Amino acid sequence: MLYAVLAMVPLVWIFLTAFKSPPDSIAYPPKIVFTPSLAGYCNLFNSISRQTEDYIASLPPAGNVCDRLARARNMVVVGPSNFVPRFFNSLIIAFGSTALSVLLGVTAAYAFSRFRVPAKDDLLFFILSTRMMPPIAVAIPIYLMYREVGLSDTRLGMIVLYTAVNVSLAVWLLKGFIDEIPREYEEAALVDGYTRLQAFRKVVLPQAATGIVATAIFCLIFAWNEYAFAVLLTSGQAQTAPPFIPIIIGEGGQDWPAVAAATTLFLVPILVFTVVLRKNLLRGITFGAVRK
Amino acid sequence: MRDNSAPLSFVDRAAKAAPEAVARRVRGLSDRAIAWLFISPTVLLLLAINIFPLAWTIRLSFTNYRANRPNARLLAVGIANYVSVLTDPDVWAAMQVTAHFLFWTILIQTLIGFGLAWLVDRRFRGHGFWTTVILIPMMLSPAVVGNFWTFLYQPQIGLWNYSLEFLTGVPASSFSMIGSVKLAPWAIIIVDTWMWTPYAMLICLAGLRSIPDYIYEAAEVDRASKWRQFWTITVPMALPFIMLAVLFRGIENFKMFDMVNLLTNGGPGSTTEVASITLKREAFEKWRTGYSSAFAIILFVTVFGLANIYVRALNRVKSR
Repeated sequence: MLYAVLAMVPLVWIFLTAFKSPPDSIAYPPKIVFTPSLAGYCNLFNSISRQTEDYIASLPPAGNVCDRLARARNMVVVGPSNFVPRFFNSLIIAFGSTALSVLLGVTAAYAFSRFRVPAKDDLLFFILSTRMMPPIAVAIPIYLMYREVGLSDTRLGMIVLYTAVNVSLAVWLLKGFIDEIPREYEEAALVDGYTRLQAFRKVVLPQAATGIVATAIFCLIFAWNEYAFAVLLTSGQAQTAPPFIPIIIGEGGQDWPAVAAATTLFLVPILVFTVVLRKNLLRGITFGAVRK
Repeated sequence: MRDNSAPLSFVDRAAKAAPEAVARRVRGLSDRAIAWLFISPTVLLLLAINIFPLAWTIRLSFTNYRANRPNARLLAVGIANYVSVLTDPDVWAAMQVTAHFLFWTILIQTLIGFGLAWLVDRRFRGHGFWTTVILIPMMLSPAVVGNFWTFLYQPQIGLWNYSLEFLTGVPASSFSMIGSVKLAPWAIIIVDTWMWTPYAMLICLAGLRSIPDYIYEAAEVDRASKWRQFWTITVPMALPFIMLAVLFRGIENFKMFDMVNLLTNGGPGSTTEVASITLKREAFEKWRTGYSSAFAIILFVTVFGLANIYVRALNRVKSR
């Protein structure tokens, strides 16, 4: 329990820093009690950039709550912030690649689980081994390849890449889940005149629903958290949040409240998913080997 | 798990009784066609995104190609790249840094993880909630969280240094975790331990729970002391699981890039430059594509060897 509390300290600190004003965040000694401020969050959503006072006076009326707050307090405004488009990229890429890898994963897993496939164990090992490759080693040829075919710095390119990385996990996990569904159900459906494909769709898929959801969340978390490919292969257009958050720069160095605010927003979905997943966590992290 | 010995239902029996030929006629597509239809997209995708690039890397590793000069004349240089990687003192320094990082993270994480698992296994009140809390850091993005640790490690304003000052009286501004040659390797070990101890804990917990109670009861009857039970029952029976955690963390940390890149970027000097960081420097900063391809292949072969052992360990655990 003591360990749990200690482990939470950095996270709580991120959360607190997000609500500090920039001077408070770098105070010595570090402040635990402080006046809350929304400056960090606001710097993420600003739509105007820093300018001279004359220019600010000539600006059109403030667009949103954060703009108005910034004006009213005469705050230094750094921006316009790219946080929203980056966050949006993260969403699209994570969900896109998750959908694809689960689709590919569930079909392949079904085939591996039910049919006699030549060299099955070798194929499965091959699929798993692709995930063991060091990302940087893969990134070199991918970088060249994407440059040739015009996929560099595109969302599509990142979706395809993350799908390729995630599909191994999806196949291994889903194979475990499908193995657990008794074959008799499908065989009964076949006798009732279903074709294999219908039996797969109407009998196996609903039975595997929990497994599919758990697998999808694992893929989602991976794609959401991924950094190495993102930082090397994207620069503007398709950049996701992880490579962007560390480069949020404010007046005189890093704008820690804004970084903390971005981090908080970025981590919240994961916290929710972790709680949802806790029963299947062990399976996910061991490629379905340990089932509890 | 469903109990398979339950009496068969009517449908089950009908399914068992149906002759193969009838079943095949109503299936439409043959099983074989479906198997290929279902597997080939995955295999094709992996061939395109993993194997084709890998083959390309191998080819480049025998040339002097530079990605920032795509039109320069391509020269076949034979195994020169491999020779220069393996004789490069920087590469060996990076390997040493990686080994140091690997050794300590795995040792500390396994010890703490096993200890925690042992405690959680006592099932105290609210253990479910606390387990979930402990597990959270492992699910977070190493990059984003690693980045925030640079803030916690700041000598003047960081929480870490201040806490140490508060507890031990060492002035907070007298040392810098990520700025000093001595402390920086430990800075990355601490963050990695913070993130990944839960992983070791979770797997060890599964190991401990796989030990049936009757073994302990039998030991009780034989008057084995608690200490002896721990060393002759608990440890050996949980060992395959512990090995699983060690191997998996070994592979992951061997590839470690994101957290270290953001926390120290290999610095100060090259004291925390793990293999992936060196590779990134060569490939994406110095643009020595041929050389870094050779390096990448060497790293890949190492990981592949580890992965092979890992899969064998997985299957051992699975067959339990």
